[in-house]
Amino acid sequence: MSPFWIDLIIILIKVIVVIGALLGGVVVMVVVERRGAGFIQERLGPNRVGPWGWLQPIADGIKLFFKEEFVPAQAHKLLYLAAPAFFMFIAFVTFAVIPFGDKIELFGRTIQLQIADVNIGILYIFAFASLGIYGIVIGGWASNNKFSLMGGVRSAAQMISYEVALGLSIIGVLMIGQSLRLNDIIGVQTQYWSYLPRWNIFIQPLGFLIFLIAAIAEVNRIPFDLCEAEQELVVGYQVEYGSMKFAMYYLGEYANLITFSALIVVLFFGGWHIPWIEGLTIHPLLLALLQVGAFVVKVFAFLWFFVWVRWTFPRFRYDQLMRFGWLVLLPLAIFNILATGVVMVLIP
Amino acid sequence: MELVLFVIFGAVAVASAIMVIVSRNAVVSALFLILTFFCLAGLYVLLNAQFIAALQIIVYAGAIMVLFVFVVMLLRTGKEARRGYRLIFQKSIGMIFVVLFLLLLGSITLMVAVTGMRGPYTAEAVRNIGNTQAFASVLFTDYLYPFEIISVLLLVGIIGAVVLAKKKR
Repeated sequence: MSPFWIDLIIILIKVIVVIGALLGGVVVMVVVERRGAGFIQERLGPNRVGPWGWLQPIADGIKLFFKEEFVPAQAHKLLYLAAPAFFMFIAFVTFAVIPFGDKIELFGRTIQLQIADVNIGILYIFAFASLGIYGIVIGGWASNNKFSLMGGVRSAAQMISYEVALGLSIIGVLMIGQSLRLNDIIGVQTQYWSYLPRWNIFIQPLGFLIFLIAAIAEVNRIPFDLCEAEQELVVGYQVEYGSMKFAMYYLGEYANLITFSALIVVLFFGGWHIPWIEGLTIHPLLLALLQVGAFVVKVFAFLWFFVWVRWTFPRFRYDQLMRFGWLVLLPLAIFNILATGVVMVLIP
Repeated sequence: MELVLFVIFGAVAVASAIMVIVSRNAVVSALFLILTFFCLAGLYVLLNAQFIAALQIIVYAGAIMVLFVFVVMLLRTGKEARRGYRLIFQKSIGMIFVVLFLLLLGSITLMVAVTGMRGPYTAEAVRNIGNTQAFASVLFTDYLYPFEIISVLLLVGIIGAVVLAKKKR
């Protein structure tokens, strides 16, 4: 086989593995979310299907598959059907640039454990994350329902506001990493100050905090889920969606959650880096596997954090949400850039 | 491969740009405009200008168009939109601009494509320096003055928006 075909097959395998892992992650998250909610609220949660309720998402999936397809009257039919598909598509495409391991040598080939090593990696993620809004906005508009429309409009306003803080909060990390490529950002974090690993969380705690809060807003979870807001808007843009169209929104939402957890790990917690492992002699392949494992563990730690936050906090009021984004997060993010710049000039 | 992608992106960009004007529904128009921007970003990627491509999507498709869709969605795109105004004044001005645009397009084609004149920033050169670095070094040295002027222009826009919003109270 010519090198072109081998490269193509390697890329296809990586794509299939990543999509499989994302779907698997979503399935696990559905259980963790519901059982976690039960745990936090001192109740049982779904525990009947399978051992400890682990087969619940499969039962949910089967149920959603066999529900009746329904299009509301007066809806813009094409856009109504396309919106959830678009939302899910964007959510899955965004993950493509996230590196989930170091490069490995296999049969004399160097394989990067990442689907696409783009030199503007971080901007790619922001570009696609900002396109994801259209799935929500258009879904809300095309359903021809006042609650849906309100949900869509709210989410548009919210996402624009928090994207600004989200983008500015990572400038400090980019200044330290001197690159937009995610592999370079991890590369800087694999070094040490004597014994402490140079993870960005230690240099950019403020940037991390802003990014974390803005990320919760960006994936539309409590306390920032104003576009769903059951009590006021029923469930906002999803009101008119049922069966697999609803499932697509759900899949997209959890895929987004996983992507943002992975992004937090890559930007602030050293990505796949395991601290102090360089001193040990381990077979390179085993090391690579361990690093992928470390990445997955870190991502799941943040996924659990998101579940924890969701079932702990009440929802913001809409004006509070806007004021917090523009008057607190944005100035803090700009201050963080300024402080990082000053420190970088003073201590080269 | 590159030629195929260029034809696909170019064709979709032109087709969706036409659909923006032809479409009756304002929201659908806006969505086609987003598709046009997306295809333009694809063309930038083919020129090794990934940074510009990402900005194209983040700023235009992701931020400005959200505001467009936002406003259009809240308007009743019902009967008044389809009444069909007689825009003789606009149309005559539009015709003048079409002629000017075609003249500009023709002169650029004659000057650049025929002589084959090229600046220092070809697609290959940009790949060697690194796209973001090449962009930043030019923007903050040679084009610093226009860059600052544009930032003042944006500031004026923001102040204008604040003044308009304050007036209503």
